[in-house]
Amino acid sequence: MIAIENLTKKFPHRTQSGTQGEKTAVDGISFRVGRGEVFGLLGPNGAGKTTTIRMLTLQLAPTAGRIAYEGQDVREKAQAIKKLIGVVPQHVNFDQDLTVRENLELHARLHHMGAKERKERIDELLAYVELEDVANDGVRRLSGGMKRRLLLARALIHRPKILFMDEPTVALDPQVRRKIWDLIRQLSREQVTVFLTTHYIEEAEALCQRVAILDKGKLTALDTPENLKERLGKFTVEWDEEQGRAYKFFAQKKDAATFAAEQEAVGGILIRPTNLEDVFIEITGRKEGL
Amino acid sequence: MLYDVWTVFWRDWVVLKRRLTKFILARMVAPMLYLVAFGWGLGRSIQVSGGSYLDFLVPGILALNSMNISFNSITPVHAERIYHKSLEEYLIAPIVPDAFVLGKVLAAVLRGLISSAIIVLLAFLFGANLQLSPSLLLVLVLNCIIFAEIGFLAAMKISTYEEMSQVNTYILLPMSFLCGTFFSTQALPDLLRYFIELLPLTHTSFLLRSLAGGNGADMVSLAVLGVYAIGGFYLGSRAFRNLVR
Repeated sequence: MIAIENLTKKFPHRTQSGTQGEKTAVDGISFRVGRGEVFGLLGPNGAGKTTTIRMLTLQLAPTAGRIAYEGQDVREKAQAIKKLIGVVPQHVNFDQDLTVRENLELHARLHHMGAKERKERIDELLAYVELEDVANDGVRRLSGGMKRRLLLARALIHRPKILFMDEPTVALDPQVRRKIWDLIRQLSREQVTVFLTTHYIEEAEALCQRVAILDKGKLTALDTPENLKERLGKFTVEWDEEQGRAYKFFAQKKDAATFAAEQEAVGGILIRPTNLEDVFIEITGRKEGL
Repeated sequence: MLYDVWTVFWRDWVVLKRRLTKFILARMVAPMLYLVAFGWGLGRSIQVSGGSYLDFLVPGILALNSMNISFNSITPVHAERIYHKSLEEYLIAPIVPDAFVLGKVLAAVLRGLISSAIIVLLAFLFGANLQLSPSLLLVLVLNCIIFAEIGFLAAMKISTYEEMSQVNTYILLPMSFLCGTFFSTQALPDLLRYFIELLPLTHTSFLLRSLAGGNGADMVSLAVLGVYAIGGFYLGSRAFRNLVR
């Protein structure tokens, strides 16, 4: 569905010595995403996730590398590819002068939908995200959760084959978050490819068939959550030391138990299954983002 | 392509329609002040060749007003790009980039023409004589196109609100006064005059005054406006495409 080869983005940047230089935001990444797959792109703040999404959604031209959708290069078939993709951005980017319904209508018109189809689809989606009551209100009046639901509805109007979601559930109630998760699973069953970035590792673990970890612009891991955990060791022992919390990973439960028995661990010791967050922190480093 | 132009125009029309009364009332204030201050007030004691100062003044006001309105109709695009980021909707949509530029420019032309119509009505009420013609309308449309394109270019290139308003202060305001609007460019020192006569608004003023007085249109001036309009579209379109760089 999506094939990315050696994708690179460099931005102009003023170096510490004050000279003009370049900063590499995304550094030669390559991977493929299959049809109907839920694919997660994880990484610490500033790792290049949003830059990657902006390049994949044709909002930013790569410095080098190639992006192809079903074999079609984005530089040659930009209009055709834009029809295939839907985008839920990280920030709220509605037209502030239009109402909820008008914002959706603008999107539908930009995707060349006829008047009848437009109305039916908009009504259907407003009902789906439970925003019928505010359809004629200005978008400024919506609450944070309503805005995120509307972003999602807007991205789905033209029935995209690939949905990009940049931090789709940031700052949402657990209820709304669960609803969005259900929707993502539903889309995946309908063979829609979902490409998402997230800060919440448990979200990626719950949803994604495969995850990629991006660190300082480079791809440092790409696999199923199960394989990544297995590689690190399926069992985690954690306990308190003077320097802070300590972790050790084991492939076998027995080894973990033996190790735990040997530790003094005054404050108690815990043996638990390894989760994706352990993998994430091992790969991106404990001190990142501090 | 045409459908996409219509979509972009439709969006601006929805917004304008909602505020039409406010828009019309607000558009009456500045021309009314010009007509009172310079037409009635100062104008009584001024004689210009072949008629009253009011008749001389009205085409100038039409020129500077259509410039300001069309430019300022485009400035919200700057906020859409920098603050609301709502321009992203158009960047990810399967539309021809030029359709966006054209739609925005046409919407600005509409606003410029509405405000020009208000001035013509007010001018008649103040007792001015001017002849309306299709050529006069064409010149007004060209003038609106040029300054909408300049506004579009500024909206694409400039990164802060403050600099955006400086375009008004350093470019539009001096042009409003100097480009043959309130007085003939003949009154200016030669060097300044040559420079002023390179600017589009000067040619708009010439043309509007000539046409409103029942004389023909100067082809050179029309050609100058044509060149500005085409050049402005080229630059605006290129700037819009370069947003994804």
